[in-house]
Amino acid sequence: MTAQPKDIATYNFAYLDEQTKRMIRRAILKGIAIPGYQVPFASREMPMPYGWGTGGVQVTASIIGPGDVLKVIDQGADDTTNAVSIRAFFKKVANVAVTTDTASATIIQTRHRIPEHPLTAGQVLVYQVPIPEPLRFLEPRETETRKMHALEEYGLMHVKLYEDIAKHGRIATTYAYPVKVEGRYVMDPSPTPKFDNPKMHRSPALQLFGAGREKRIYAVPPFTEVVSLDFEDHPFEVQTFDQPCALCAAENVYLDEVILDDHGGHMFVCSDTDHCEKRRNAPTSPLWGGRAEGAGGGLDQSTPHSTPTPALRADPPHKGEGKEKQ
Amino acid sequence: MYVAVKGGEAAIANAHSLLADRRRGDRSVPALRLDQIVEQLALGVDRVMSEGSLYDRELAALAIAQARGDLIEAIFLVRAYRTTLPRFGYTKPIDTDNMLVERRVSATYKDLPGGQLLGPTFDYTHRLLDPELAAGGDVAEPLQRETEAQAMPRVSAILAREGLIEPDGEMPQDHIPGDITREPLEFPMARDIRLQALSRGDEGFLLALGYSTQRGYARNHPFVGEIRIGEVELELDVPELPFAVPLGTVRVTECQMVNQFKGSAKAPPQFTRGYGLVFGQSERKAMAMALCDRALRATELGEDVTAAAQDEEFVISHSDNVQATGFVEHLKLPHYVDFQAELDLVRRMRAEYDARENPVKAEEKREAAE
Amino acid sequence: MDIAAQSIEGGFVDPVFDAQTVFRTVMDAMARPGSVQPLPAFARPPAPLSATAGAIALALCDNDTPLWLDPALQASTAIKSWLGFHTGVPLANTPADAHFALIATPAEMMALDGFSQGTQDYPDRSTTLILQVGDLVSGSPLLLEGPGIETSATIAPAQMPRHFVEQWKQNIKRFPRGVDIILATADGIACLPRTTRIKTMEA
Repeated sequence: MTAQPKDIATYNFAYLDEQTKRMIRRAILKGIAIPGYQVPFASREMPMPYGWGTGGVQVTASIIGPGDVLKVIDQGADDTTNAVSIRAFFKKVANVAVTTDTASATIIQTRHRIPEHPLTAGQVLVYQVPIPEPLRFLEPRETETRKMHALEEYGLMHVKLYEDIAKHGRIATTYAYPVKVEGRYVMDPSPTPKFDNPKMHRSPALQLFGAGREKRIYAVPPFTEVVSLDFEDHPFEVQTFDQPCALCAAENVYLDEVILDDHGGHMFVCSDTDHCEKRRNAPTSPLWGGRAEGAGGGLDQSTPHSTPTPALRADPPHKGEGKEKQ
Repeated sequence: MYVAVKGGEAAIANAHSLLADRRRGDRSVPALRLDQIVEQLALGVDRVMSEGSLYDRELAALAIAQARGDLIEAIFLVRAYRTTLPRFGYTKPIDTDNMLVERRVSATYKDLPGGQLLGPTFDYTHRLLDPELAAGGDVAEPLQRETEAQAMPRVSAILAREGLIEPDGEMPQDHIPGDITREPLEFPMARDIRLQALSRGDEGFLLALGYSTQRGYARNHPFVGEIRIGEVELELDVPELPFAVPLGTVRVTECQMVNQFKGSAKAPPQFTRGYGLVFGQSERKAMAMALCDRALRATELGEDVTAAAQDEEFVISHSDNVQATGFVEHLKLPHYVDFQAELDLVRRMRAEYDARENPVKAEEKREAAE
Repeated sequence: MDIAAQSIEGGFVDPVFDAQTVFRTVMDAMARPGSVQPLPAFARPPAPLSATAGAIALALCDNDTPLWLDPALQASTAIKSWLGFHTGVPLANTPADAHFALIATPAEMMALDGFSQGTQDYPDRSTTLILQVGDLVSGSPLLLEGPGIETSATIAPAQMPRHFVEQWKQNIKRFPRGVDIILATADGIACLPRTTRIKTMEA
């Protein structure tokens, strides 16, 4: 046999060839210049399946350099299997430093969560996106949705959200909750819980979104208006939890429900494992949000369960699309 | 006390070593060699080359072995390797007129120049399991004769002489053929792009769609004008040289469907065509591709678009099995966070529902919970 | 040095990492309009193409991205063969076909709307302009606002295109269509994506 597996197993730094990286880099720059607009790109087959983060991996592979420190989370956790797998991939093909510490990462690749610890200028948050088109569930055709974006025709989305209210008394969208970026493009924030939407608004970090199977890249530059769609009489609200994290006692963070037995026993714990660990190791530090000691940004401390602002955000969740504009 | 699950890395490593063990199976059974796969599972190799879009039998065989015979997984392995390869250039279009033909059948003419050649086909075999094969018996050498230098014109050319079939499609003068592996898809698409997508599309998906056209969902009255399988020459234009450089040959299957067409506002009554071309030997795929190609030309020919097989965005967006399997299988990844969000919503809505529909019970339930 | 030698030399010393560094600098500058990002000389192109602009071209251009050169660069065979050798970039027939444009003398350049603006459906299909400017402090100050800028930012690029502020207002009006600009000095860059609003300041 002529083909020796070992002969073929040589790959470029960060796996992608340079021409592919250039193509993706150009798409990233366009995405930054047109916030919320989905830039088509010639997504490549990656050594992990479509739908498992190939878009995020291609974006990370195109921006990462030897000086970067990479954190990978899935469901907020560093130790979920797919996060472990992607982190191991970059350790292998790019030999970069990796971390679980949100604050010291320069690039954070994520699926389904935004870390609880506030991001800072200079950090890049790379989202893995399954379906980048926020209008896809209303209109399956790309030819149609492209027109809607071009004409800024988002009436259908408002109709859908309003039908929810008419039928259920509330907007029945709990994750991948659509946002409007800088007053122009309606954007899918990826399937993060709507709890995380306010963190996108005027974040100091650069947010990049990669959808490999659907071949789209989009971006939200730092300090950019990101407003969750809502109505005057039904303002956008984030999820609330009736109890704090059972491990670190954090409030105003997103919790996972853990089933303890088959008699209905369950507990709620932080979905952000790094945040939870840090709090358990330094429970009195005000840096890590939680109970009463000054964390929680604009929280009304007298009613701890009612105003679910994510920890440490100075700005409260914005109410009403466009109301905060400039 | 609950402890968060740790050790993903070790679990993954252990799972992969178990996978390697199961792949190898019983160590007392000799391991498969790649040349055995290339020689004896050749049609599986052909499918992996075709849908993997990489003509390399050894690599396809390696992929099949590594994938434990799961062909879509093997196609995926080949694609992920292919995508890292640098491009040296684009060959000239292959010329199937000058194919070294091993099989050629036409359903439209009893006899024609070049004749009908059955070649190595399952057709007319009786599908009886063969115990002798299980026993590993010797197989006799096939009968072969010297190839006669007889031209084998394509059936489409024969019909064209009468002016009864549409000519070969012509792209605009300045059209540069697209490359779906280098550019994102855009709808509506030109036929060159569409044919590329169909050629690497999933055999099963295209087969089902092609079948649906026969059952009346965009019926297009197909006849197999011709199927030919054989070797074609590849040539590359090199700027420094005055002639094209031959690179070798590849084996392909080509199918030309001839479809009756009553005419429309856009085109006169004539025979129209659907085209299929794939690497290796795969008649089923080439035929299904030709049926789908013809169905997808509905708009071009002024036909009503009424069925799934005619819907370009539907067909092309869902024909790639590497994309499809990835997204279907991604559902097994953790979705705790979104599920928690939905759980919370359903609980609240259910509590409201119960309070509305059955206030007494809801109150009891609430008290019991407390 | 003859043209053949000139065209071969002066590329990236380490193509993979140099390209990554240059891109990352451009990305940071594009994400934070008006911030000045230092960029040491990674390339040595023939004059009058600057080291910074040349490095950006090496990092972003290839045979998929038609490039337009302004007359000052167009006139140099050495520059064309240097770019051709290192990137394989084809030259655009017209500015409206260009994915990128290299401008050595912005003060004399054609109007911004002569370049590709993208379409309403595909606003990304627009020209990215790389303007060589002397510095970012000695021109008339531009007060910048918009995405990527926390409150406001100020740069004062020298030798900018004529009526730039008025032209840029028109560029903003075309949003989401429009061009994006990379300003390249001898040792750093700053960007003006199409979302950045300019308020002129009384100097």
